[in-house]
Amino acid sequence: MIAARALIAEDEPLLAAGLRAELATLWPTLDVVATVGDGRRAVEQALALRPDVCFLDIRMPGQTGLEAAQALAEDWPDGGAAFPLLVFVTAYDQYALQAFDAQAVDYLLKPLDTARLKACVTRLQERLQTRQAQQTLPPEAAPADALQQTMSQLRALLGAAAPDAARPPRLQVIQAQTGNLVHMVPVNEVIYFEAADKYLRVITADKEHLIRLSLKELLPQLDPQVFWQVHRGTVVQARCISVARRDESGKVLLSLRGRPETLTASRLYAHLFRGM
Amino acid sequence: MSSGPFTETPAAAGPDTALAAAWARSRRRFVRSLIFIVALCVAIALLLSAFNGGSLATKLVYSFSIGLSCWILVEGTRLLVSGLSDHMRRLRGWPAAAPAAHAGWRAVIPGIVLAVLLGPPLGLTIADHLTGNRSPSLLHFDDVNTRVTVLLTILGSAASVFTLSMLERLSSARAQAEAAQRLAAENQLRLLQSQLEPHMLFNTLANLRVLIGLDPQCAQAMLDRMIAFLRATLTASRATLHPLSAEFERLADYLSLMGIRMGERLQVKLELPPSLAALAVPPLLLQPLVENAIKHGLEPQVAGGLVRVQAQAEGDMLVLTVHDSGVGIAGSAATADGGFGLRQVHERLATLYGARATLQLAAAAGGGTLATLRLPLERPRP
Repeated sequence: MIAARALIAEDEPLLAAGLRAELATLWPTLDVVATVGDGRRAVEQALALRPDVCFLDIRMPGQTGLEAAQALAEDWPDGGAAFPLLVFVTAYDQYALQAFDAQAVDYLLKPLDTARLKACVTRLQERLQTRQAQQTLPPEAAPADALQQTMSQLRALLGAAAPDAARPPRLQVIQAQTGNLVHMVPVNEVIYFEAADKYLRVITADKEHLIRLSLKELLPQLDPQVFWQVHRGTVVQARCISVARRDESGKVLLSLRGRPETLTASRLYAHLFRGM
Repeated sequence: MSSGPFTETPAAAGPDTALAAAWARSRRRFVRSLIFIVALCVAIALLLSAFNGGSLATKLVYSFSIGLSCWILVEGTRLLVSGLSDHMRRLRGWPAAAPAAHAGWRAVIPGIVLAVLLGPPLGLTIADHLTGNRSPSLLHFDDVNTRVTVLLTILGSAASVFTLSMLERLSSARAQAEAAQRLAAENQLRLLQSQLEPHMLFNTLANLRVLIGLDPQCAQAMLDRMIAFLRATLTASRATLHPLSAEFERLADYLSLMGIRMGERLQVKLELPPSLAALAVPPLLLQPLVENAIKHGLEPQVAGGLVRVQAQAEGDMLVLTVHDSGVGIAGSAATADGGFGLRQVHERLATLYGARATLQLAAAAGGGTLATLRLPLERPRP
């Protein structure tokens, strides 16, 4: 039986303990290196400990399992350890499950069913074994790795996550308050939006505003043809991008019209920048 | 990923099926009134020929001419009126109403007036043309036959008009009752769906499954709580009252289930003064408020927090508060969630107490959200 290291992200302590206990029986050589209760800590710990497998609960405080997976895929360092195999865990998420099935993503349903967990463990072991075998090959011969695969799956999942029915109307003007002034900023003057903790920075050619809105709340109100998400924390107006430059690690650096700074498009969104 | 905003399912009976049902009703009424008119005309013809002899065929031609003229005037005017009102709605950009749903039985009134005034002379003229006879004018009262004809025409028109308007009233009352029943059933279903939220149910079962292995006694206690919660949920949709102490017990069931799930992230305080314990309140009225406190207040917060439910008497009002130390209204998705839980509390309050009961949701001093429910202390009318 292959030895491996795992991370469990589950906000309900009993369920985390239960999964851990079942894994100990089914996969004794699996070392659970961290158990965390929220999405942000899951990303931190996974980046620090580089586990082979991550079990991610979907509904967690702070960051959902899917958001954590996105952050992990964007921030995972190049070279070194391979990207972990991801297994999503959920009690009931109709839309997510359909997308998971469509993308052949590994997932477990709560309450856990021992037979299903066993099948999942077997599949993970097989994939880790193939991966080990490939590591002995020269790097050029290795096929697309887990990171590439996860990214294409995540792209599809993030796109599928929001059904169109609940789409709010398009935003025309951003209302940004400072003291007793409310600045009315037409959306088409915004060069980019950047997430900053609980706020959102709204950057125009000559000004910068802060609004109390998350990127997740803002995105459905923007026209996706006009505003492109290029990173989990950045949305930029496409016509304001002048040049996109790809670096060795797969990230893309964006120069802007009307702003001196450059933005980074994560590897999850790098596919947007290809020649016609 | 929260599936919260998407769990609301659209109403089971869409506008299309409602429209189709109204059309079917309209058709049925049309056929019914036609059958009624035919029967009435035959009866009048028989009566006339028994009274003053003559050919039954001629009497039938006359009675049908007059009866059908009246009927066409009544139905035609109604179609015209509802057609016009539909046209006006379209002009104003409103959705088309279901046929006969907007106009109701009142739409028959102009038709009735027209039918009584124009039906008999029109029918007589048509029948005269058909038979080649020349009937005396209806205004010639010296002739016995004319008097009988006029009397029977008026009586017949009055009877048919009365019956038609009764039929119309009955059918629109039935349609309204059906619509009310459908709405009540839909609401009950949605209430049940929101209370037996699958995510809550499966997560609780998952915890129970783990607990059975770790601590069978604790698992049994949790199962008892869950049974009490499920039983209360299934019976609460029937409109009865229960004592406030029972309401707090059900909240305790729910919160202890959530406590097992959330562990140290959830702290609970339930404060019910003994003097208020016996007050009658609608069952599970507080449940959606406590659920919101957890779902929108504490669950999104990594550190969790406190839920505190208090009952107090203020003058002749009962004040129930649900306070959570969570992320607060501004930061939560409560408003984007369709707010079914809150809407449902509002509706139940309005039905039971009218304007005397209120529900307020506000940011709490020191963070979190405070829901305040005020009801009259006296027992609501059943």
